[in-house]
Amino acid sequence: MVAVQEQTVSVWKNQINPTVQVAGSGPAVVFLHGAYGLTWDPFLDALAEQFTVYAPEHPGTTLGDPDGVKALDDLWDLVLYYDELFAQLGLDNPTVIGHSFGGMIASEIAACYPQRVGKLVLLSPIGLWRDDVPVKNWMILPMEEVVKAAFYDPSGPLAQQMLTMPEDEKEAQDVQIRVTWSLACTGKFIWPIPDKGLKKRIHRITAPTLIVWGAEDKLVPPAYAEEFGSRIAGSQVALVEQAAHVPQLEQLGRVSGLVRDFIQS
Amino acid sequence: MKVSMFHLMPYRDLPDDFEQRYHSVWVDPPWTELGDAEKVGQYYNWTLDELIHAAKAGVDGVCVNEHHQNAYGFMPNPNLMGSVLARATNGMDVAVVQMGSTLPTTNPPTRVAEEYGMLDTISGGRLVAGMPLGTAMDATLCAGITPIEQRERYYEAHDLILKAWTADEIFAWNGKYYQLPKVNVWPRPIQQPYPPVWIPGLGSLSTWEFAAQHNHCYCFLSYYGPKAGKNVMDGFWQFISERGVEPNPYRAGFLQLVAVAETDAKAEALYEKHIQYFYNKSLHIPPEYFFPPGHQDYRSLENNIRKGIFKSYFDKLDAIPNWKFKDFVDEGFVIAGSPATVRDLLTDAVTDLRIGNLMVLLHIGSMPHDLTLKNIDMFTSEVMPHIHDMWDNQWENHWWPEKLRTKRQASIAAL
Repeated sequence: MVAVQEQTVSVWKNQINPTVQVAGSGPAVVFLHGAYGLTWDPFLDALAEQFTVYAPEHPGTTLGDPDGVKALDDLWDLVLYYDELFAQLGLDNPTVIGHSFGGMIASEIAACYPQRVGKLVLLSPIGLWRDDVPVKNWMILPMEEVVKAAFYDPSGPLAQQMLTMPEDEKEAQDVQIRVTWSLACTGKFIWPIPDKGLKKRIHRITAPTLIVWGAEDKLVPPAYAEEFGSRIAGSQVALVEQAAHVPQLEQLGRVSGLVRDFIQS
Repeated sequence: MKVSMFHLMPYRDLPDDFEQRYHSVWVDPPWTELGDAEKVGQYYNWTLDELIHAAKAGVDGVCVNEHHQNAYGFMPNPNLMGSVLARATNGMDVAVVQMGSTLPTTNPPTRVAEEYGMLDTISGGRLVAGMPLGTAMDATLCAGITPIEQRERYYEAHDLILKAWTADEIFAWNGKYYQLPKVNVWPRPIQQPYPPVWIPGLGSLSTWEFAAQHNHCYCFLSYYGPKAGKNVMDGFWQFISERGVEPNPYRAGFLQLVAVAETDAKAEALYEKHIQYFYNKSLHIPPEYFFPPGHQDYRSLENNIRKGIFKSYFDKLDAIPNWKFKDFVDEGFVIAGSPATVRDLLTDAVTDLRIGNLMVLLHIGSMPHDLTLKNIDMFTSEVMPHIHDMWDNQWENHWWPEKLRTKRQASIAAL
């Protein structure tokens, strides 16, 4: 375990006050989390062995700052907001890693500000749409259904961890509030279909890009790996066996190795 | 007391195993498997006939509402129904209570201002203008409104409609969700400055605040009866008293399912299966559809989770499939029985909750047309006269069309 520091920063005329978790040393890597909120996990631990990891919480998802999301009207505002946040953290052209919702936002930042992003790693990103393989709308699925779609082994410890609530009643409530509000805040930028025009902008990405997809992803099917891969010039696609929507944890060793090698190459 | 008949216009012939076979009654029940357009045409006509029958039988108002993509109650544009009702009740002292056009999904919202303007003019100033936020099923799932933005859109639409009805000059509306270069609604309503506004709600604090702040009538629309409504309405009246506003019972509306027959036993025989149909099939909705994340603002979410409100609500619903007539009556979900039973229970309920504007659901679930007419006749002749005089010696109903505020004359005359 590395020591993780929490920084609270004020962005967007001090209307948004996200917590940024920072750990490790070495070249800067930004991790943008998915729709269920930020949890410091073994994948980030592994990254922090070689890199300085910055993991900001998306606007509104930080405890104590639920109204932060109100300061942004739409995806355009959100991309500008991240430009400001990167500047404030002194990040010139870090590697940006995004998972799921975070992958869509990382793609948008890299398309809008190609010079902002040194390298881009997309872990099962959303942001494109095909009628024949629709992305599941997790905001209206019971958690049991989400887990079945998101994990290669829904009965394994990783999946079960998502379904297990703390025994303490207050802590269980905290988790429920935090997860629901994270879904609400991220949902603001993707409802009802997570196709907000990335397909028109994605060709602008110039950063070397690695796309990682779980071969068994039933939430965002692996058909999208090819959709992203074919649109980002020179990108590499890695399909990970025995993994679904959270390949970086389901196949921790393999994926953290792939990502490390890609960043260091 | 003003008493209005509410109608949902449900699908009356869902298959017996509907709730086992299908995921939800709302949003995704497949029309191609379940819907029969010929039957539905008959339902719409029965619905109008039933409401018009109730108007002739003496109710003070007739209510319709808006919902989409469901077999629970599907008047996607309640104003189409309202226009028939307005025309058919001309000459009767009956309010046309639209409960109503869903504000965040009607684009632009000036459309609501126009259509309500039409209804108020066609009816000669008898409109009650309901302004619902809309369910999550309708607004976010059927109409694609972003959950976290639904309420904000609603507030903006409300402000735009009131300004469109009252502004002296043509104006530009530069809102967050709506931008209109020249707002100039034709026609404006007859009622000045605008028709009474009713705000339907499910008990959230932000809705009370909103209704009280604008001096609108707050209507608690629930299918869970006065026992379940007690907490909400007590909270509402406490809120009103803390604000120093007069506790006029006509500030509040309440919806109640009512079924009347000659005796309690006969009511059970006639209505039980239709009540079970309503709760088990018409309300077969997964919790995820009710509350997509963001539909509730952060404070309401926190309040509901900390107080266990979601949990107790859904735990209760879990038991309903096994309920008999007696359970529905004992829990107060439905007030049903002989005229004497219904009179007593209903009087207690409206007194206890301090309700001036009562809405009664007299068509329930699968009830056939003839039985509905019977329920209307028994309710209006044997129950309604006993509650009709409540509150009137002390309070004026400022939330009712001005020309209809005096007591309706003996109803039989109109028949």
